[in-house]
This record gives sequence, structure tokens and C-alpha cells, in this order.
Amino acid sequence: MNKVPGYLDPLLILSTALMGCALYLIFIWVPTETNQGAIQRILYFHVPIAWGSMLGIFVVSASSILYLWKKDQKWDRLAVSSAEVGLTFGAMMLLSGMIWARPVWGVWWTGEAKLTTALILFFIYVAYLMFRSYFPPGTQRQRIAAVIGVIGALDAPIIYFAANLWSQAHPPLITGPAADADSTLGSELGIVLLMSTFAFTLLFVYMVQARYKIRRSEDDIVDLKRATTTPGVS
Amino acid sequence: MTDTILVIWAIARKDLVLEIRNKDVVVAITGFALLVLAIFTFAVDLSQMNAKLIGPGVLWAAIAFAGVTGLNRAFASEIESSTLEALLIAPISRDLIYLGKSLGNFLFITTAQIIVIPTFAVLFNLIVFRWEMVAICMVTAIGFSAVGTLFAAMSVRIRAREVMLPLLFLPVVTPLLMAAVESTSYLVNGGTWGEMASWLQLAIAFDVLFIVISALIFQNILED
Repeated sequence: MNKVPGYLDPLLILSTALMGCALYLIFIWVPTETNQGAIQRILYFHVPIAWGSMLGIFVVSASSILYLWKKDQKWDRLAVSSAEVGLTFGAMMLLSGMIWARPVWGVWWTGEAKLTTALILFFIYVAYLMFRSYFPPGTQRQRIAAVIGVIGALDAPIIYFAANLWSQAHPPLITGPAADADSTLGSELGIVLLMSTFAFTLLFVYMVQARYKIRRSEDDIVDLKRATTTPGVS
Repeated sequence: MTDTILVIWAIARKDLVLEIRNKDVVVAITGFALLVLAIFTFAVDLSQMNAKLIGPGVLWAAIAFAGVTGLNRAFASEIESSTLEALLIAPISRDLIYLGKSLGNFLFITTAQIIVIPTFAVLFNLIVFRWEMVAICMVTAIGFSAVGTLFAAMSVRIRAREVMLPLLFLPVVTPLLMAAVESTSYLVNGGTWGEMASWLQLAIAFDVLFIVISALIFQNILED
């Protein structure tokens, strides 16, 4: 089987190295933004994490469609792995966003369209994973979970459109330093953000891959158990 | 075409006859919604300004939560009396089963609304008896039954279906809820069709999308 130890996985080594570079850029290299101060550095985590959670939703819906089409187990495994990792990224995105918003906007939470959409999509994918753990295992569970994955993705633009319309009727209350100032950072912001996004994307891919392998082992165990308990097969 | 309509109506009529006999669903939805409204009348101060501000939100939150309790029954009764298998072996396509069931649920939610909305008007002292309200209630009931029937069918075989259905249903119908609340807000403040047009269009788009998608994917859900 797999003889290379887990810690020598090239993806893991590469994403660790990139994460190190990103941390150096974020905390040492890039100058502090003058309007928001040190709190602005959260942005370098928040944006890549948010990108990771979006990537998660995209992979869930794409592999759900592929599962419904091809009925191949591997798409279902990929969907559930990226849903779990995407949800972790989603939770970190919501938390880091709130920590940033409190000093900068003056509120922990507001009815802004992107925030509302992110929160509701988060709930839909929580429901997706809960459904998977409640439903008895089998192909019916995989099929229905795939349907939920597709519906979540279809609902996303409608939620965004509605949340946008809603926030126009109820303008968000933003009073902090972000209300009236442009960023004083130029190209440095872009470089750090790009590096950090690369690092978090690789981390995302590594985590999904690790979860996928565990999932495959789980399925193998189920198959083995079934094979040994079937009468006539010993 | 006529056959299709007859099949859909046959399934909806079966549910209606059952409902007329035991009154499970409509009583559940109406009772729950009225209770939520009643609790809110003493939970918050209902001076005229407040009622206009929070009334629409309370009304639609009550109907959404109450709707879930009713939708839970839609397929649960089929399982309890083991009639789901009979429905599945009938020589009709699965999308018609979905549409028939949705039509039944739509009628139940509408019936509940006919009782709940006037009570809301009395308790919150707001004027809601206008054609716009009929349109809002219709598009919301269509969307609730379209999404709710799909999710009720999905969660019917789960042991914790009372928990699972609201967790699936409520986030997905959020855009529809926003549309209902916002257009009702315009309505109680004396707004016109033009002001609520974009919300009603959004709600109609939601309804059409979910009816079409659900009918298309419904056979994936009831397959064994």
C-alpha cells in the first residue's frame, strides 16, 4: 500500500512552506495600514479563507452533479470531503470577519449582502453534513445528499440577489474607520494577498485529499465487513 | 396533458380527503402560527409604529415555522400507513407525484393563511386586506410547498426528521421569506405594486426555479 509516511506528502511540505512565507509577509514584510492599523492584517487571512470556502461550495456542487450523472463513488467522497473542509473554512471566515468588523465597522455583524449570503450558505452546508450523518448509509443517502449539494449552489445567487435588495432597503450601519477612508496600501497588499491565497488554496487541497483518503478507507472497511458477514463467504 | 392534470389532481385530492377527515396538517399549521403571533403580542410592545415595523417579520416567521410542522406530516403519513410504496408502484412518473403532493401542501398552507392573516390583522391592528396581500400569500405558499415537499420527501426516512426538515428548509427559503417580509412591510405602510415589484419578481423567479428543478430531480429521491 502507501509506504511514504504522511508527513512526507509533497502537498503537505509545499503548503507548509508556502504558509511560512505567507506568515512572514503578513506579519513582518508588509507595512501596517494607516487607517485601520494592525487589525487590517486579518484581511490577509480572511480573504483567502473566504476563497477556500467558496472553492468548497463549488467542488461540492460540481462533484454532486457528477455523482448524479456518473453514479461513481469517488464523486460522492470528493463532495463530502470538500463539504467538511469548506465548512471549516466557512466557520473561520465568519469568525475572522466578525473580529475584523467590530473595530473597523463598529459592529460585529450587519445585514450586508455578502455577509447574509455567506451565513445562509454556511447553514445549508451544515444541513448537508447533518443530513449525511442522520440518513442510513447507502446509495440513497449519496443521491439525496448530492441533490442537496446542487440545491445549495442553485440557491446561492438568489440568496445573494435577495440579500442585496434587502440591504438597499436597510443600509448597513457602518461607522468605523472603514466608512470614509481608502486603503493606503498599494501593490504590497496585492502581493501578500496573492501569496496567502496560494498558501490557503494548497492547504485546502491537502485537507480535502487527506479527508478523501480517510473516506475511502471507511468505505473499504464497510465493504470488507459486508463481505465477511455475507453467508457463503468466509 | 389532460391525463397529467388528472394524475396530479388525483394525488392532491387523496391528501385533501384525508385532511378533511382528520384535519392534521391545517390544524397544526394554523395552531402553531396563531400561537407564535399571540406570544409576540405580549413579548414586544405593539404600539402602532412598532406593529408596522416588526409585524410583517413576525407574521412570516410564524408561517414559516408553522409551515415546517405541517410539511413534516406530508410524507410521514404515507410512511405510517405504508402507502408510499403503493404510490411508487403506480404507473405514473415521479415528477407527477411531486407535483400532486406540492399541490396538496399548497392548499393546506393557503387554508392556514386564510385563518392566520385576519388574526394577524386584528392582533397587530394593521390593514392587510388588499389584493397585494393575496399575491404575496400565493407566491409564498407556492414556494414553501415547492421546497417543503422536496425536503419532506428527502427527510421522511430519517429518524430525526422533525429536526432535519427545518434545518434544510429554512435556509433555502430565506430569499422567499425576505421577499414576503419586505413586500408586506411596503403593504402595511401603504405602498403600491410598483414598490414591491422587485420583491414579487424575485419570489416568482424562486417559485418557478424550484418547481422545475424539484420536479426534475424528484426521481432521484424516491428511488430505492
